[in-house]
Amino acid sequence: MNKKMFQAAISATIPVLLGYLTIGIAFGVMLESIGYNYLWAGLMSLTIYAGSMQYVTVEILSKGMRILDVILITLFINCRHMVYGLSMLDKFKGMGKRKGYMIFSLTDETYALLNSTTVPLGANPKTFYFLIALLNQAYWVAGSLIGSVAGSLIKFNTTGIDFAMTALFVVICTEQWISYPTRIPAIMGAFCALLALIVFGKQNMILPAMLILILLFFIAKNPIENKLNKKANMEVED
Amino acid sequence: MQPYTTSQALITILIIAGITFFTRAVPFFLFGKKEIPPAIVIYLGKVLPPAVIALLVVYCLKNVSVFEYPYGLPQLISIIVVVILHVWKRNNLVSIFGGTVLYMILVQYVF
Repeated sequence: MNKKMFQAAISATIPVLLGYLTIGIAFGVMLESIGYNYLWAGLMSLTIYAGSMQYVTVEILSKGMRILDVILITLFINCRHMVYGLSMLDKFKGMGKRKGYMIFSLTDETYALLNSTTVPLGANPKTFYFLIALLNQAYWVAGSLIGSVAGSLIKFNTTGIDFAMTALFVVICTEQWISYPTRIPAIMGAFCALLALIVFGKQNMILPAMLILILLFFIAKNPIENKLNKKANMEVED
Repeated sequence: MQPYTTSQALITILIIAGITFFTRAVPFFLFGKKEIPPAIVIYLGKVLPPAVIALLVVYCLKNVSVFEYPYGLPQLISIIVVVILHVWKRNNLVSIFGGTVLYMILVQYVF
């Protein structure tokens, strides 16, 4: 690895640096506000390393949740990662010992960068990808540590900071509402959640909501796939 | 009072970490050797992400009581602002930060 490649990796990851610092700091402050200090923040950012999931983990730690619900909610929130992996099968081939880390560190942002960044001339792509993945996690760990230390030193009124999680999901939802080929899945997700909330109550809503959702997806497979394909075809014709 | 003891919290975090890694690794040990994923997996992989995010938005709002003061107004106002900010600027940081600060002001000083 040389200096030029390092500089290229830094400049490629600057947008992620800004994003991870901010979201990481908010995570650290939130975690600190429920009584878990920087050691916990560091542990979570080193071992879980998934933004949305860590926000939900704060919620889990503060309210308590049955282990089966914890497992299911983790599976469902992270199921999008499976799609990411599918498109990285080739890229990660031949990465040897670093492949495990590349898979572990495949966050939304790292996935986006690996797909969009061009490898600098003469650089080994595998080393460059590894560097990007490593830098991104470093930003994330730094952000969460800064947040939790700041949260413990500066005693400001943190009431309402947990809204950062809602805001994060609203942003992703808005983004998908604009760009996803069909809005049916999003509407179905919200519908199932509301239905489960009303029928089963807020303590027990997760499992039934997700089961109903999967069931509906099986029932509506043909119409939804038609919509997806129609959109794909229209884009080809354009 | 925290619902978990230290070791329960630790185990919870490690379970979450393990499953998160599992979801990232699944495609590699299932389809590493040029096998094509079954159509149903590809379909669910496409449609689940937007649905789960919408589900989570509702989940985040599960404690809102629409029939008593403040009727979920702080959340409603802040969410509308997040959406407007996001459609306008398309910048995650601006939208999340702006919405959260507004919400904190609303629940601490206004409602």
